Amino acid sequence: MIASLALILVAQLVGEIVARGAGIPVPGPVIGMGLMFAFLLVRDGGQLGLARILPKPLTDGTLESTARGLLMNLSLMFVPAGVGVVGRLDLLWAQGFKLAIVLLVSTALSLLVTVLVFRAVVVLVERRRPDGEA
Amino acid sequence: MGGDFSLWVYLARTPLLWLTVTLTAYVLADRIAAATGRHPIANPVLITVVLVGSVLAVSGTPYPTYFEGAQFVHFLLGPATVVLAMPLYERRATVARALVPMLAALAAGAATTLAVVIGLAGLLDLPQPIVISLAPKSVTSGVAMGISEALGGDPTLTAILVILTGIIGAILVTPLMDALQIRDMRARGFAAGLAAHGIGTARAFQVSEVAGTFAGIAMGLNAFLTAILAPLALHLLY
Repeated sequence: MIASLALILVAQLVGEIVARGAGIPVPGPVIGMGLMFAFLLVRDGGQLGLARILPKPLTDGTLESTARGLLMNLSLMFVPAGVGVVGRLDLLWAQGFKLAIVLLVSTALSLLVTVLVFRAVVVLVERRRPDGEA
Repeated sequence: MGGDFSLWVYLARTPLLWLTVTLTAYVLADRIAAATGRHPIANPVLITVVLVGSVLAVSGTPYPTYFEGAQFVHFLLGPATVVLAMPLYERRATVARALVPMLAALAAGAATTLAVVIGLAGLLDLPQPIVISLAPKSVTSGVAMGISEALGGDPTLTAILVILTGIIGAILVTPLMDALQIRDMRARGFAAGLAAHGIGTARAFQVSEVAGTFAGIAMGLNAFLTAILAPLALHLLY
């Protein structure tokens, strides 16, 4: 578990350094996600023989179960920021009603357009390639 | 009274108390959500925030004091984002096959969100700094605050709007998709992550791991695209 956490933090740290260093408008942890993905590809690719030199928790599924544990409780991690919102609701009072309309309408339309375009393109692509996954 | 009071003063200042309150409230909220069969309106983030917010209000605790304990939980957002790589890796073949629909939905979704937010805010006569603070509201909070600040908005207001958008999106997504009779979990998840960032992704993982995987991808891609599009869109207007 500690080895898994260490690896996750290393990926995040390198991601943070790359993001700040290069001034890319992507959060460090998202770059860290890319690095972790690359690590998994190399580990399972086997060309470098990483499986033999890596600590066991990184190859025996502990890393994966640590990840699952974090993702299962993703909701929890938004609580501290959410509680901060409660304290600053005064910022919303002046324009509260108008802001509520903008948030509701735009979020609903954003969901709607995204899902409809996704499905429309899936149908288009699969008509050309009938063996595609449904 | 003196003894009790000094114990309270001691506890209220250590991270232990507020970390415990956060975790306990979350466990309770999760039980409530489970008892409703994970009904969308019983959103665990919303319930926990209301519970903790009430405790802070009743005890008169300032937010910075609370955050000293809660920061350990807040910190885990970074590692949780990194490990989105695991479901992505396990389903990489499925994701690769859906690359074209994902990119099309990303472009359409990000552009629509910006156009609707800026257009509607203009129609309602909202002042310009508020429109700027609203523009990146579907993006994960760290990036959204950066965009808002760079363009002359109010990053604190943006953070509030981002969290509210996440909760609204997480509540709306399931009923909306069911009403449209869309059963493709890839499309449902992708929409949740694009419109409602991490809170939408957390909701998507509750529904299905495929949906969660696609939500995570959408969240990352939209942060990148909106950071590029928001300044362009606002530039056209002001």
